[in-house]
Parts: sequence; structure tokens; C-alpha cells
Amino acid sequence: MADKIVLEIARYAPERDDKPSFQSFEVPLRKEWVVLDALNYIKDKVDGTLTYRWSCRMGICGSCGMMVNGEPKLTCATFLTSYGNNATVRVEPLRYFPVIRDLVTALSDFLVKLQKVKPWLIHPNQPPLSAGEFLQTPEQLDLYKQFSMCINCTLCYAACPVVGLDQEFVGPAALALAQRYNLDNRDQGSAERLATLAHPDGIWGCTFVGECTRVCPKHVDPAGAIQQYKLTAALDWVKSFILPRGHKDAPQETAHD
Amino acid sequence: MTEMSELNQAAHTEFHPRWYRKRLSTWWWLGEWHYLVFILRELSSLSVAWFVGLTLFQLRAFMRGPDSYGRFTDTLQSPIMIALNLIAFCFIMLHAITWFNLAPRAMPVRVGGKRVPEFLVAAPNYVLWIAVSAFVAWLLLRTS
Repeated sequence: MADKIVLEIARYAPERDDKPSFQSFEVPLRKEWVVLDALNYIKDKVDGTLTYRWSCRMGICGSCGMMVNGEPKLTCATFLTSYGNNATVRVEPLRYFPVIRDLVTALSDFLVKLQKVKPWLIHPNQPPLSAGEFLQTPEQLDLYKQFSMCINCTLCYAACPVVGLDQEFVGPAALALAQRYNLDNRDQGSAERLATLAHPDGIWGCTFVGECTRVCPKHVDPAGAIQQYKLTAALDWVKSFILPRGHKDAPQETAHD
Repeated sequence: MTEMSELNQAAHTEFHPRWYRKRLSTWWWLGEWHYLVFILRELSSLSVAWFVGLTLFQLRAFMRGPDSYGRFTDTLQSPIMIALNLIAFCFIMLHAITWFNLAPRAMPVRVGGKRVPEFLVAAPNYVLWIAVSAFVAWLLLRTS
């Protein structure tokens, strides 16, 4: 095994540069090192100005997502050795996001979209605490559990060409999280979310490229969540067409009991 | 977009950061294999439309009598039509296979509270497809 590997890292200093350029660094290649370890090595020993986000280095905080050789990856879970000997590993900021500096992207747009889908339990008729705990069966949990594993790493946004083409598109993670709450039997907010979700910038913006699901490090399957919600929204539209009045008054239930 | 580029020209200050935004190229789908397959899958809808049109013209020729139908089948035998139909057929195969593979994603079937494995959702589609194709082939080939 070679003992060195070259990292080509995108650098962008907004006070100086008009556009990013690449800078090469040679780092030791160790069997147990991930791309993030190499970035930390550069920051500590070679160039302290290198800027990037990271926190937990164990695939749960979702902050170290970057493009590694053109693929959206969590750099804490991407081993240098998987790129082979004498390879050059190219590290860039996540695609389709505005770049603030070096490998740091602006997430404000994503956070606005996330908030728009109301990813929390909406429970207007919540029984008092004295009524006891809200029991949920394993089957009821199983309906939404997969979609609740999202860590907001935004790799799916960097994989989705619709995100790149249409800045208004709500995007995979936010739509999957909306579906996570819609499918939770404690939640009564699906009607409130409908206007944002069943919209050309919501689920109907998705063309089912499927890349979001492929790159998701937590196997959330946002593409699946969106397609399933398309079916729900279409049935909802049919219902409103057949029973305009009755439907309007009825709560919109997607997966309750 | 012009506003955005003007913004990009502005000076960077601590409270007005200058973000770098890259515009997506028109050829974004050529750079990556997965994107290319997706665009080919989308384009395959043209092949579906082609075969629908062809079937409608075939029906019209059939209604007009044997002469008209003979002319129609002669046209089908021209090299250009054979080439076009071969290309369309390949796209139809891509269309069908990718569609069936995506079916389990859009329709999570649950039996007894447990999600049925993906291949068990896709497999019946393939079985039905082969069965219908075999029936059509038998129907067409039995007289000749």
C-alpha cells in the first residue's frame, strides 16, 4: 500500500476569489483514515485556513457532507483506501448549494424549505397528560421509522438535478420528513402540509431520478417517500372531485390506524 | 439571474458575504451515468408515443381494406422503419425495466404489518409482462 495520497481540495475565499480553484495536498494514507481525517490533518499540520464543517465524525451529525470524486458523501464515512493506491481524491463543497468559503455551503435556503413542511407533530386535539402516554404499536412505528432516520446532511440535495435546476423545489429531505410526520398516527397536520407538498415546487417537482435514495447514508429513501405521497395526493384530489363537500370537512388522513 | 450575477460582483464584507453560485450547464445530464440513464428513461416516453401512433395508423390501414393494409406492411419493411422500430424497441425495454424496478419504491406493499421485500413487488410485474408477451407471440405466430 502506498503511504501517501493526494487530495485536490476546492478553495474559495470570497474576499479574494471570483470562483473556486483547486489546491493539492499530499497526506499520509492510513488504513483507518477517512476523508475527514485527511482534512483535519491538513488543517492541523499544513494549512490552518482550510475551512469545512464537521462535528461528530461518526455519521450522525450530518455536517461533513462534501463531494468526494463527484459523489455526495459523508466524509467521516468515506475511507481514503477505497479510492485505491496512488489515487487523487477530489474534495468539493456539496453541489447545487451556494459556497460561503472553501468547503462550506450556505444552508439557509434548505432550512427555510425544511420549516415550510412543518416537520413536527401537529396535534391540536392532544389529550391531557393525565390521560396517560400515547401508545404506538410496532406496526405504527414501522410506517414512518425509515423516514425519521434523516440527519439533514443534505447529500440528497447535492444528488438531485431538480434542486440544481429549480431553486424553488422543496427537495428530497424536507419532503421525506413531511411524509415522516404525515405517516405518524400521533400527527394531525397532514391537511396543513398539503398545500406545500402537493404543489409544483413540492412533490410534483420531483421527476423520480432516484439519486437522493442512492446517496442517502441513512437509507431514508426520500424518492420512495415522495412517490408514495404523490399517490396519496392524487387519491386526495380524486376524493375532493367526487365528494367536494364531504371531503372538505373530513380530516385528511393518510395513515391513521 | 442578472441580479444574482450583479450580487456576485459586489465586494465581500463580513455582513454581506459573497457566495459563489455555479450555474447548471445545459449538458448536466451528460457528465454522470445515473443522470444519463434518467434522461434516456424520460426520452423513452417518445418511443411509447411512437408505437401508439404506429398502432393507430395500422388500425386505420386495416379499416380501409387489404390494399391499404398491404401498403402499410410494405412501409414497415423499409430499412428506415426497421431501424426506427429497433431503436424504439430498445427504448421501450428500458422504459419497462426501469418502471418495474421503480414500482416497489412507489408502492410499499405491507402484509401483516411487515413490508414485503422489493423484489417480491417487482417480480409479479415481470411475470405478467412475460406472460402477456408470450400470449401475444402465440396469437401472432400460430397462423403463420
